[in-house]
Amino acid sequence: MRFLLTLLFIGLSLNAFAIGVDLKKLPDPVMEARAQHIMKELRCLVCQNQSIIDSDAELAGDLRAIVREQVAMGKNHEQIIEFMTSRYGDWILLKPPFKASNALLWLGPLFLLLIGGFLVFRTIRQSANSAKADPLSAEEEKRLKQIIEDRG
Amino acid sequence: MQFKRFLPLFIFAGLFVVFIIGLTLNPREVPSAMINKPVPEFSLPPLKGDGVGLSSADLKDSENIIIINFFASWCGPCRVEHPSLEILGKMDGVKLFGIAYKDLPRNSISFLKSLGNPYAKVGTDLKGRTAIDWGVTGTPETFFIKNGIIRYQHIGPIYESQITEKIAPIIKELKEESGS
Amino acid sequence: MIAELGHFFLVLALGMAVIQALFPMIGAARRDGRMMALGPPAAYGQFIFTVGAFLALTYSYLQSDFSVAVVAHNSHSLKPLIYKISGVWGNHEGSLLLWVMFLALFGAMVAHFGRNLPKSLQARVLSIQALVGIGFFLFMLITSNPFDRLPNVPFDGNGLNPLLQDPGLAFHPPFLYLGYVGLSVAFSFAIAALIEGKVDPAWARWVRPWTLLAWVFLTIGIVLGSWWAYYELGWGGWWAWDPVENASFMPWLVATALLHSAIVVEKRDTLKSWTILLAIIAFSFSLLGTFIVRSGVLTSVHAFATDPERGLFILMFLALVIGGSFLLFALRSDRLQAGGLFAPASRESGLVINNLFLSVAAAVVLYGTLHPLLSDAILGIKSSVGAPFFNLVFGLLMIPLVITMGFGVHLQWKRARLKAVIGKLKMVTLLSLLAALMVLYVTYGGGIMPVVWMGLGVWLLLSMLQELANRIKLFQVPLKNSFERLLRQPRSSWGMSLGHLGFAIGLIGIVATSYWSLEQQKVMPVGDSMTIGEFTLTLDDVVAVAGPNYTAVRGAITVTDKNGNHYMAYPESRTYVASPMTTTEGAVRTTLSGDLFIVIGEMQGSDRWGMRVYYKPMQVWLWIGATVMVLGGFISLSDRRYRIGSPEGKKTAQKNKGKQAHAV
Repeated sequence: MRFLLTLLFIGLSLNAFAIGVDLKKLPDPVMEARAQHIMKELRCLVCQNQSIIDSDAELAGDLRAIVREQVAMGKNHEQIIEFMTSRYGDWILLKPPFKASNALLWLGPLFLLLIGGFLVFRTIRQSANSAKADPLSAEEEKRLKQIIEDRG
Repeated sequence: MQFKRFLPLFIFAGLFVVFIIGLTLNPREVPSAMINKPVPEFSLPPLKGDGVGLSSADLKDSENIIIINFFASWCGPCRVEHPSLEILGKMDGVKLFGIAYKDLPRNSISFLKSLGNPYAKVGTDLKGRTAIDWGVTGTPETFFIKNGIIRYQHIGPIYESQITEKIAPIIKELKEESGS
Repeated sequence: MIAELGHFFLVLALGMAVIQALFPMIGAARRDGRMMALGPPAAYGQFIFTVGAFLALTYSYLQSDFSVAVVAHNSHSLKPLIYKISGVWGNHEGSLLLWVMFLALFGAMVAHFGRNLPKSLQARVLSIQALVGIGFFLFMLITSNPFDRLPNVPFDGNGLNPLLQDPGLAFHPPFLYLGYVGLSVAFSFAIAALIEGKVDPAWARWVRPWTLLAWVFLTIGIVLGSWWAYYELGWGGWWAWDPVENASFMPWLVATALLHSAIVVEKRDTLKSWTILLAIIAFSFSLLGTFIVRSGVLTSVHAFATDPERGLFILMFLALVIGGSFLLFALRSDRLQAGGLFAPASRESGLVINNLFLSVAAAVVLYGTLHPLLSDAILGIKSSVGAPFFNLVFGLLMIPLVITMGFGVHLQWKRARLKAVIGKLKMVTLLSLLAALMVLYVTYGGGIMPVVWMGLGVWLLLSMLQELANRIKLFQVPLKNSFERLLRQPRSSWGMSLGHLGFAIGLIGIVATSYWSLEQQKVMPVGDSMTIGEFTLTLDDVVAVAGPNYTAVRGAITVTDKNGNHYMAYPESRTYVASPMTTTEGAVRTTLSGDLFIVIGEMQGSDRWGMRVYYKPMQVWLWIGATVMVLGGFISLSDRRYRIGSPEGKKTAQKNKGKQAHAV
């Protein structure tokens, strides 16, 4: 049994998919939460579409440690993001920054909503306009009034 | 016939063109944010003994093209590219330095003993922090530096065939630049 | 031998598809009944031969015939039977075969259930179905033949990726493909309608059950995938906005829009071009998903071994199918005349607005998924678009959609009184405001978004319940009468109610688990304890266990809640024999209030183990909500009036119209 266990752990330690556990967390839960918030926005560079918080890759672990250190040093969100992008480029950001090359990404939805909204508005109004009967002419109006009064 | 009825077709045509371009790109190719930036400040211990093995001061050599290679004894592709490094290390006007990434010094030493040591100097980056300052995502990665500025970054092993095709022309270009 | 037979069947199926594509189309144009009559038998033939090919491949897997390349690359003799079978579609070639088998299945179903369709419409639908099929058969035979042999037969196979050895994943692709491929029927109907130049309520009545069927399968497929990710990947995530997940989500969004807009065509004979366009786009997204997964243009944890040559082939095929359809749409859709008119405040308007938000949402997912590619191809800038972006933008778009939903179901057709509806919802709004305030109080300092979302979720749920209550006149007539009314509700309106209720339930679960999850990690020796939320966990023991094709470490953990109740949890970490890879089998305790999810990891040092524990509040609501939605879909499908290919339903439907709500 012991032999089997030993064998297993040799296998495990070679493994990139095994779950990793961060031994060192920030003692202050508020700071730790801030650090984790930042980690969620950083891409694990050696994985595919994972944030560093979800990844057990070594590099992700190192980057987590760096984020924690810098949060503990009192650096703010922007400074830490700047630290990362100066080394790895915007590619490390899972939420692309708001700038010209990403304009379509951020403004596209708004633009689409406006155009779509306009089309919807037009469709509905057209339909509503044709649904309405032609307004009564002054002559008809008078006659209608007459009829109502006669009945009343 | 209204224009708006053609809109889906036009949008799709645009996407189609992008996909065609996309098929020729490699999404796994990591971009480098370090190109044309000065080398990061660092100072690393040597493989043996105390003191400084390699530091950023070593890279501010205006005579030579500096090549920095991140390697590790546990990294398979590093073995693959080792013959290429031997060639690069012997080139004129080129200085090749190595940084052992997250590798126990004794393992690095036996790695270099068995395969040969192409590096003029080696620093050990046990925690991998220097590598992060260089924007390294894994080993092997190789940087080409001139006058303290990073000019080119090669990700993954340098195959021998790539030396003549890619690396030598880059080195030549960087050298000629200084002449002008 | 069997593999060669399978290959031969594939070629025969291609031949059948060619017959099915050519003759009915020519026949329909020439009004030649005999040529059109060739369609159904060819569709049956195509289906039978494809099934033959599929069975041949399955046989090769069951026999562990490692001379067949895909079997050698993806199977292993020690694999449990169920994973030998699921291994058939656990790779590029096999999954394509499954794809075309389903395509042929839907073709055969149109042939069988569509006997009551106008002959020319059925002929054209079958022909277009077969045209799509031809593309896929050629793709397989030219670039990805599943029956290729290996020159040197290996002693044993490479094994299926252990992550994929899970029941959730074994059945996730088939359902997903049924969904993807099911949308081909709506697509074929749309193209046929464009060729015929006619869309009427009868057309919508035929298309809707097919769309609903595809939608139900797509929903099951997506949810199974999500469920698998949640249980198997071990980090408690159920949706990562991965390109491949997005590829399945986009057709779902569009199919959902299509279901709703087809109702407007059916009831009010309007919104026709738009509905046709949606039908084309929905299937186009299915094809696009196939392209994204198999071409390698985007990186994804799900991507099959990618190959540019295959990518190019699919891309050309895409250009032909999607480009051709959009061209046909551009040239012919102006023949479709809008019919019924409606007021700004009406069910129709509600559905149009619903379509707006769903389509914009689909466009956002599309653009977000493609942005890294576009940015790289056009600007040369590598960028990433991940969960933080999608959660923000998609989340914002969902708010107006939910509000439209909550109001929309109370609006009458043609002309509704908005004021009356607002008045009707007074109580519901008040109650959900109360709920939001409660959430605010309990989670004070935790941000405003969860409060808004929880309030909205509760509001939607109550609004849906009130709609049902109004329909059965609850508290307006004696309870017994209400109950009778409830039983008399047509199945299609049950479908609508359950679909929307399921959505609301799922939404509440999503909000809770997204905003209030807890996570704790600790490295602990046997005997040590840790706490998470109101639970205390003690690691009693760690043992090694052996499975059929893996070995595992299993932790024995006593979990105690704040009331002193306790139970045992046994999380495992498995290492597979065939590939040196581990998977985590978390121990999950599910209750309505939340899941406690325990994962055991690596040994640290000589006697300590890394543990990760999550508390996922109301996670199960998500699965319940999805199940209710799917149930609603099935119930609606069983409605006599909407059964696939049942045009006689029209008369009854007219009779029942009145005040009754429609399906979905």
